[in-house]
Amino acid sequence: MINNLFLSSSVACVTDGPGRKDEIERAKSEGKDLTKEEKQRLRKEKKQQKKSKEKKDDKASQENEKEKKPVTSAAPASQPPTKPTMQKAPSAVPATAPVSVPASEASGPADKPAKTKAELKAERRARQEAERASKQNKKGETGQQATTSKPKAPPSDLQPVVKRLPEHIQVDNPDVLKKLAKKLERQQIPLRLDYGYKVSLFSHLHQYSRKAPLTQQLSIPSTVIHPAIVRLGLQYSHGIVAGSNARSVALLHAFKQVIRDYTTPPNEELSRDLVNKLKPYISFLNQCRPLSASMGNAIKYIKKEISNIPSNCKEEEAKSKLLNDIESYINEKIILAGVAIAKCAIEKQKISDGDVILVYGCSSLVNHILCEAFEKSRKFRVIVVDSRPRLEGKEALRRLVQKGISCTYVLISAVSYILPEVSKVFLGAHALLANGYVMSRVGTSQIALVAKAFNVPVLVCCETYKFCDRVQTDSFVSNELDDPDDLIVTRKGTTPLEGWQNESSLGLLNLVYDVTPPDFVDLVITELGMIPCTSVPVVLRVKNVDQ
Amino acid sequence: ENKETNKRMKEKRRKEKITFPTSQLVEYFRDQMRKDPDMASAVAAIRTLLEFLKRDKGETILGLRESLTSATDCLTGVDSSVAVSSGGELFLRFISLTSLEHQDLSRCKKVMEERGELFLEKISMSRTKVAKLCHTFIKDGAKILTHSYSRVVLRVLEKAAAEKKRFSVYVTESQPDAAGQHMAEALRKLNVPVTVVLDAAVGYVLEKVDLVIVGAEGVVESGGIINKIGTYQMALCSKAHNKPFYVVAESFKFVRLYPLNQQDVPEKFKYKADTLKTAKNLSEEHPIIDYTPPSLITLLFTDLGVLTPSAVSDELIKLYL
Repeated sequence: MINNLFLSSSVACVTDGPGRKDEIERAKSEGKDLTKEEKQRLRKEKKQQKKSKEKKDDKASQENEKEKKPVTSAAPASQPPTKPTMQKAPSAVPATAPVSVPASEASGPADKPAKTKAELKAERRARQEAERASKQNKKGETGQQATTSKPKAPPSDLQPVVKRLPEHIQVDNPDVLKKLAKKLERQQIPLRLDYGYKVSLFSHLHQYSRKAPLTQQLSIPSTVIHPAIVRLGLQYSHGIVAGSNARSVALLHAFKQVIRDYTTPPNEELSRDLVNKLKPYISFLNQCRPLSASMGNAIKYIKKEISNIPSNCKEEEAKSKLLNDIESYINEKIILAGVAIAKCAIEKQKISDGDVILVYGCSSLVNHILCEAFEKSRKFRVIVVDSRPRLEGKEALRRLVQKGISCTYVLISAVSYILPEVSKVFLGAHALLANGYVMSRVGTSQIALVAKAFNVPVLVCCETYKFCDRVQTDSFVSNELDDPDDLIVTRKGTTPLEGWQNESSLGLLNLVYDVTPPDFVDLVITELGMIPCTSVPVVLRVKNVDQ
Repeated sequence: ENKETNKRMKEKRRKEKITFPTSQLVEYFRDQMRKDPDMASAVAAIRTLLEFLKRDKGETILGLRESLTSATDCLTGVDSSVAVSSGGELFLRFISLTSLEHQDLSRCKKVMEERGELFLEKISMSRTKVAKLCHTFIKDGAKILTHSYSRVVLRVLEKAAAEKKRFSVYVTESQPDAAGQHMAEALRKLNVPVTVVLDAAVGYVLEKVDLVIVGAEGVVESGGIINKIGTYQMALCSKAHNKPFYVVAESFKFVRLYPLNQQDVPEKFKYKADTLKTAKNLSEEHPIIDYTPPSLITLLFTDLGVLTPSAVSDELIKLYL
């Protein structure tokens, strides 16, 4: 429907451009939500600018002809059945243009001296007819698929299909950054700038400073982003809400608030509009702190639930259904899963009397298991390993000692000293990858490696909602860089690294995650039972079949 | 007076429920073992459980399931091997995996009995299937090392000998019951050149050997195995010598255990059933089984196919979930 208006208006009001531009600028600066028409005008203007740029090229006249013909042929054929294919048509047009340029360029210089102008024109005409014919064929066959295959190759099969890499691991690619900037501008979210010198091995990742939160660039009140989401983003970027489970639960609660406050605008369907409303929120949260795998899975679930709402459902019913779905997701996948995992670990004698258990950092799930085991009167003691700069182990230590469990506290540099005493290692996970690798807090793979060398069994506790389809074999490809200024302060309060930015050859690296290979992990406890690390893809397969 | 009659009625009802008392059960089990010494103890246990199912006069399916579980426990008390408990559990799973939506209890029981017969038929073919898969890995002129007395390994070597392959076998003595001698006897009957070695001589003999084949009493979720004591040593040595370590086991030996190390294996499997009942201090007894972790095993030959240790968990998920 939107594209109907777009195309009909593009043919009619080409001259309207400059007048509306000022209005749109004003609306943006006020932070008001752009109306649909204004958004279309913006889009159309950008397209015009692109077209005018291409006009400056030599072969530009050919492209204009080609572009106008399919556009005008598509516009009169604006019926609802061809709605999805029309989305493809305007996007395929600029896509065909660059492809036809090399083709025409290749043939052009070679043929120009030989053929006359008339012959060239006839060639062009023939090519256009062929393209239109193939496009008609595609309209009949594909339909919906055409919209999703936008970035894929156009009719000419010369180009191989390029898989899209996620934007957050391509920070050193200026084109990707430009695309991201454009996308954020469209969604009216400020772009967060990177801070400080990045170590070259990690220069493809974002590095933000905590002193420059995204919210400083937002106008108040911002009507584009819901205040619950703004608050959540701030909590993420300052580390107030940290930890995989905590972040997912906070995200789901914020989304519940969003859904409660949501009203369907007229002439819109809840299932489609709400998903579109959530997209800028997700971009905003991503800017505040990169999304975790568990959050990604939760968002996928919500989007699926929203798009599955039947169109004849009343708004109140739909909203209450969504709220119930989210509530049950939190309950089943996070809370009850934790209870099941604790039960499994305790009943199957994974924590026996006289055990010395080593834990690293603060994992809510591992703490829960240990507290449960202590309540079931198992006699064991815990060694908490901690590392700078987050020092999360102190929080775990506090919780365990409160329960009455006898604990020892060491830093990670003492791990090889303390391991001969240890009988088992319990680790939490941020995500479990499809090839069996465990992604967790930086330092986890080090502990697993040393434990393997001492022949101490390593157990990873992870709920199934943290299983993700990604495959990674090292910690460089995809990671998160935290604020490098965190490393400046030492324990005694001195700051010898304060002027690190002035040293040209000095870089500070504050990694957040690392990846542990499955050979170091003996057992993964999930709510489905105890599985070896290599069976993660089986669980993923079973889950996909269920869904 | 009413109380007295009530008590008497309760006693009567309780006595009626015990239609197949434990003594008869155990007797039937021992009988099965005696009749066919070549049969795996787990198969005998499953036959006993099937007989129990047929004779049971319970009124509810839940009660039937409970009594089957208690019968399995009772049989484990007689023969404490892992395979008996795993076989019993799998039997129960298999027969109850159909839709038991029939109105009539007797019809349900009939369905369960049919499933039980089917299960028995399937597992009686399992040893032949395993032998068919494994004998191709024995090349002409191979020297094989094996441990203690395993009927599955014997069947594999029989098949290889029948295929006119020439190989020689080293068998460990496998104390404390000298079961290795029994194995050597059986192999001599097949005209296979066999040498009995001491348990302590495994490292010594491994440089001459081409491959190691052992049986298993139980296959655990991680892909490791539980077998006669001495298997772990053999696996470690063969890993150090880079010799392939093959395990042959039927699928009913897959058990829902996940030990992390030797200590993690439950005590009820470590010792013989009689020792468990009579011994005063278990820490003074010698365990008769040990656990071999999956990292030391090259391949497992089962009637479900040739599996790597990590594929065992996938198969278990299919079997149990």
